[in-house]
Amino acid sequence: MPGLEDLYREIILDHYRSPRNKGELETPPAHRTEGFNPLCGDEIVVYIDAEGHVVKDIKIGGQGCSISQASASMMSSAIKGKTFSDIKDITRAFKAMMSIHEGKLDGSGTEHDDVPEVKLGDLEALRGVVKFPVRIKCATLSWNTLAEALAEVSEAN
Amino acid sequence: MSLDVAAVKRDFPILSRKIEHNRLVYLDSAGSSQHPRQVTEAMTTYYDLHHANVHRGVYTLAEESTSMMEAARATTSRFIGGATANEIVFTKNATEAINLVAHSWGRANLAEGDAVVVTQMEHHANIVPWQMLATEKGIELRWIPVDERGHLDLTDLDRLLDGASLVAVSAMSNVLGTINPLRRIADAAHAAGALVLADACQYVPHLPTSIQELGVDFAAFSGHKMLGPTGVGVLWAREALLDAMPPFLGGGGMILDVTQDGFIPDGLPAKFEAGTPPIAETIGLAAAIDYLEALGMDAVREHEVSLTAHAMRLLTETVGEKLTIHGPTEPSERGGVLSLDLEGVHPHDISQVLDQHGVCVRPGHHCAKPLMKVLGVGATARASLYLYNDEDDVDALAAALIEARDFFSF
Ligand SMILES: Cc1ncc(COP(=O)(O)O)c(C=O)c1O
Repeated sequence: MPGLEDLYREIILDHYRSPRNKGELETPPAHRTEGFNPLCGDEIVVYIDAEGHVVKDIKIGGQGCSISQASASMMSSAIKGKTFSDIKDITRAFKAMMSIHEGKLDGSGTEHDDVPEVKLGDLEALRGVVKFPVRIKCATLSWNTLAEALAEVSEAN
Repeated sequence: MSLDVAAVKRDFPILSRKIEHNRLVYLDSAGSSQHPRQVTEAMTTYYDLHHANVHRGVYTLAEESTSMMEAARATTSRFIGGATANEIVFTKNATEAINLVAHSWGRANLAEGDAVVVTQMEHHANIVPWQMLATEKGIELRWIPVDERGHLDLTDLDRLLDGASLVAVSAMSNVLGTINPLRRIADAAHAAGALVLADACQYVPHLPTSIQELGVDFAAFSGHKMLGPTGVGVLWAREALLDAMPPFLGGGGMILDVTQDGFIPDGLPAKFEAGTPPIAETIGLAAAIDYLEALGMDAVREHEVSLTAHAMRLLTETVGEKLTIHGPTEPSERGGVLSLDLEGVHPHDISQVLDQHGVCVRPGHHCAKPLMKVLGVGATARASLYLYNDEDDVDALAAALIEARDFFSF
């Protein structure tokens, strides 16, 4: 059995203890999207302030376990100031690390195809989550919510 | 007579399993209980020697399987103090039993403007079917509140019952452990002209049950929470009510006659058991009931009250003030369901740390999101006790909780 230290790396606990970009943004101009994990009741709220196709600011609300909170915190740091298309690459690289392989948007990609070369930085610390399959949903909750938020913002523009 | 837990444990093969190098400490019986070998043996014997479809053939096997299943029905009825085995409808679980009542009785008897009373401590199984009916029929849902001690607040009961047709209430909460005063609620409901459905999922497995004394009209419970297999649940209802209700699912096994012009439903309980029933599972359920009865439900309850008292005392003393145990503080007013809140540690993380010690507790909202909202939490970590748990199990829980507390204290 993988040990606790495989899952709860120090940097994860640090983000859990002191979450980055926690709070709310005024809507509008910001856009608010909620995500739920129906299994455990965890809830993430992503606020995005976009200018064109750049995320100028992001804030995270809601409540959840150390893994979902740390993942959201690291995500917010990783994507702030990035373009939507960069964010898509980061998201796919992160999900690939979580063993979730999504094909290209047009559906032509196969399983391990085409995972963007992206430096994940702090997010690498979440690699151990894969060994705890039930926790993958915790780690990906904020990312799925972010993807939904970006889709909504793109649609509105 | 008090329970010989060491002997009980030996009947449950899974309890001698190891999780890595740790002894399995199973504390999720409110989610689903484990099985004594008597239950799996009864099901295996049935499959090895007696299996055939029920109520159809005239050959020996078909007669055997039919009489085994009908014996299981009689056993189940006797276990809860029912008047006749015809009042026992086998379903796939308690959820289906409640949906059966909502679909059959509800659709036939409720119309726009009627009211169904539920409580804030219900499992989603006793909320969503009524919400679906509310959407379909335009009926009103009224909520009995939960007070800060984890009891139903019945102050406004008479007002809530005024004009209501049904009260759907849990006999024992799967989150707080609260044992609700069903008799009092049933008497008030009947005086107001309403029927009462008890969600008895957490009650029947743990307390001696006399359905007549509870005074309710419908009751639902699941086999897999009372040492039986998954795949079988029970709806009990007074015979006159079942008789007057239209069928739920249609198909084979539930008709007297079918012509091109229509069908005539069969009598009880066949009317509500369309299709091939979970035969082996009903036999497994009866074996579980035999097992419980051999120990004695009074002894089971007594054991759980004293173990719950021990657990509440030990956890409070050793884990300290960061720990909250939701629900009634008095062990005699509750079952052995301990919903835990550890300040600064999310239930998922608690359960993860506990798993490293082989201790199985369940994190989450326990299908009671309205109650979570009342408690002001998103989730809890729930440890639930049953007849095969002992003080060693509680000690293991306490030790693991202390580790979780310290691991996450910054
Ligand atoms: C109080 C209560 N009601 C209903 C249910 C639903 O039981 P089942 O899933 O077996 O239908 C449960 C179990 O999860 C429960 O604890």
